Amino acid sequence: MKPFLEVKNLSVSFPTQDGLVKASNDISFSVARGETLAVVGESGSGKSVTTLAVMGLHNRNAANISGQAILNLETGPVDTISANPEVVRKLRGKSMAMIFQDPMSALHPYYSIGDQIAEAWGLYNEGSKADGLKRAVEMLDLVGIPGASKRVKEFPHQFSGGMRQRVMIAMALVNNPSLLIADEPTTALDVTVQSQILKLLKDMQEEFNMAVILITHDLGVVAEVADRACVMYAGKIVEQSAIDDIYYMPDHPYTIGLLNSIPRVDQLEGKRLQAIPGQPPSLISLPRGCSFRSRCTYSELVPNNKCATDVPNLDEKISGHFSRCHLTEAQLVKARSSAGGQA
Amino acid sequence: MTEPILKLEGLKKHFESTSGGIFNKKKGTVKAVDGIDLEILPGETVGLVGESGCGKTTAGRTVLKLYEPTEGKIIFQGQDITKLSRRQMKPLRAQMQMIFQDPFASLNPRQTVGTLIGATFDIQGIKPLGGVKQEVERLMERVGLNPEHVNRYPHEFSGGQRQRIGVARAIALKPKLIVADEPVSALDVSIQAQVVNLLDDLQEEFGLAYLFVAHDLSVVQHISDRVVVMYLGKVMEQADKKDLFLSPRHPYTKALLSAVPVPDPIKGRSRERIILSGDLPSPMNPPAGCVFNTRCWKVQDKCRVEVPALLQIAPNHRLACHFPEPAA
Repeated sequence: MKPFLEVKNLSVSFPTQDGLVKASNDISFSVARGETLAVVGESGSGKSVTTLAVMGLHNRNAANISGQAILNLETGPVDTISANPEVVRKLRGKSMAMIFQDPMSALHPYYSIGDQIAEAWGLYNEGSKADGLKRAVEMLDLVGIPGASKRVKEFPHQFSGGMRQRVMIAMALVNNPSLLIADEPTTALDVTVQSQILKLLKDMQEEFNMAVILITHDLGVVAEVADRACVMYAGKIVEQSAIDDIYYMPDHPYTIGLLNSIPRVDQLEGKRLQAIPGQPPSLISLPRGCSFRSRCTYSELVPNNKCATDVPNLDEKISGHFSRCHLTEAQLVKARSSAGGQA
Repeated sequence: MTEPILKLEGLKKHFESTSGGIFNKKKGTVKAVDGIDLEILPGETVGLVGESGCGKTTAGRTVLKLYEPTEGKIIFQGQDITKLSRRQMKPLRAQMQMIFQDPFASLNPRQTVGTLIGATFDIQGIKPLGGVKQEVERLMERVGLNPEHVNRYPHEFSGGQRQRIGVARAIALKPKLIVADEPVSALDVSIQAQVVNLLDDLQEEFGLAYLFVAHDLSVVQHISDRVVVMYLGKVMEQADKKDLFLSPRHPYTKALLSAVPVPDPIKGRSRERIILSGDLPSPMNPPAGCVFNTRCWKVQDKCRVEVPALLQIAPNHRLACHFPEPAA
């Protein structure tokens, strides 16, 4: 079966006064129904920009977008990048939906949450407002809001952060979308609430058989919920693979560096953290060659200064495991173990 | 035994909440911090953790007397500073400093880095050897900033670099105690490790004591010697790091630890997870009895009536629970 979403060579750049900001470059990935793909990266790595392009949410006058994002609908494939904006608008909320980091600014403060959910339902369903509100109560029940029939009349400010995120999820799922993009859905929440929301997302995915793209910077969250992951750095995917390989056989020095730089609650030895030196490059003037070179500990292992001149390709080094690095597999094995990391 | 650098005895900070308007009626009291007993030894790091609204930030600020404590005692280097006036506090401030969470809001955008760091000397009327400028450049170098950037403004630096400016400012007068309020939570992971390592190094170099306030248990676990877990203004449990993380006795500590995602998929899948129901109750109107009783999975009738006292259960291990978990 074809994956539900296929992104092919997607690039997004923004012309600005200071120059062209290459926010995401040549991104390709796919997600199937029932599968969770994590897009991991630090701020400015291009993870949100990429998914907003898939949703057709960029202002086409402000952004240069190329490539394809194909939704394999029952009625046939649609490329959300080249399709008419009206066509894409009719897919949003129905075939693909999105939830955001900050539910307070994503919900309208003046309308009751029932009205807001009913409005989303009414876009694609025939029925009275009462039907919409009934559906809203069902959805709120489903996402675990106690006393849903009462709370449906309340306003966003009357809900706590975790409850608001549940409302967002209810609204996103009201039309039974096939793809859900969750952009840092738990970053603003406390850990005990985070685990509630992650569990809810997992349950909803099973219930609706959705493809889920989870955007996050938290490698702990990724390990818990994702089936596959893309690691992004400076607008490019640097590594993509099944989830266990990312953690136990990372194939890019950036991924190796990230895993060694995070303190872990389950490791009490108090080892010194291995920080990645320096900071990410500006997206306006990306260096020649590999974007990670200036922070990479292993670039001198590559002959002829290749890291400074040639942009590495995203190669499939082992089946299903892609990495954008000039190092050979043997060198990477060494890098993994010398980093004292997970391997 | 070494003399503690900081000692808190039953520290409380309550805020009166009023309705505003012409009558300004009293609505209630928010017990942001409701009794902390704590000793911090020189060169030691104590982590103060909890979820939003648990009072950890208020506690950190009250320790430095940025808020006036409502009750209890703050003893700094053997001196009771609870009742000291602002003026009396000023010379002591050189010994106790703070690092703030938001490196964007905590630096004056109109001042250069040189002015920002140098101001600490002016305020205390201290003339460092070799002059302020030279000392500022030395400090910048020490925290990993390029001293040539001394005339730049905060907006010309990245988040991680700004936090280094905050650190340079805090260590300028060689303090004995630094209260760090979420110093790395606004930073990206790869930068976070750089700042955590810097704090580690400075502690070793200057024998600093840290009160490290944070919500991220992974970071707290890494940096702390001892940890205090707060919930709705109350201390639930405090213990040496190993005891707390390997053998949490309070149901809240246990749930909190189990909720932290671990970057290890196989371990993550097999881990037993306690998912707490519901949200934090409002601190304006905390539940009677144990404040955690509305979300606790072990709750019994006693918990809804009687406030559990914070009792010493082992050396350096205090616990406030009627029905604690067995020791592991």
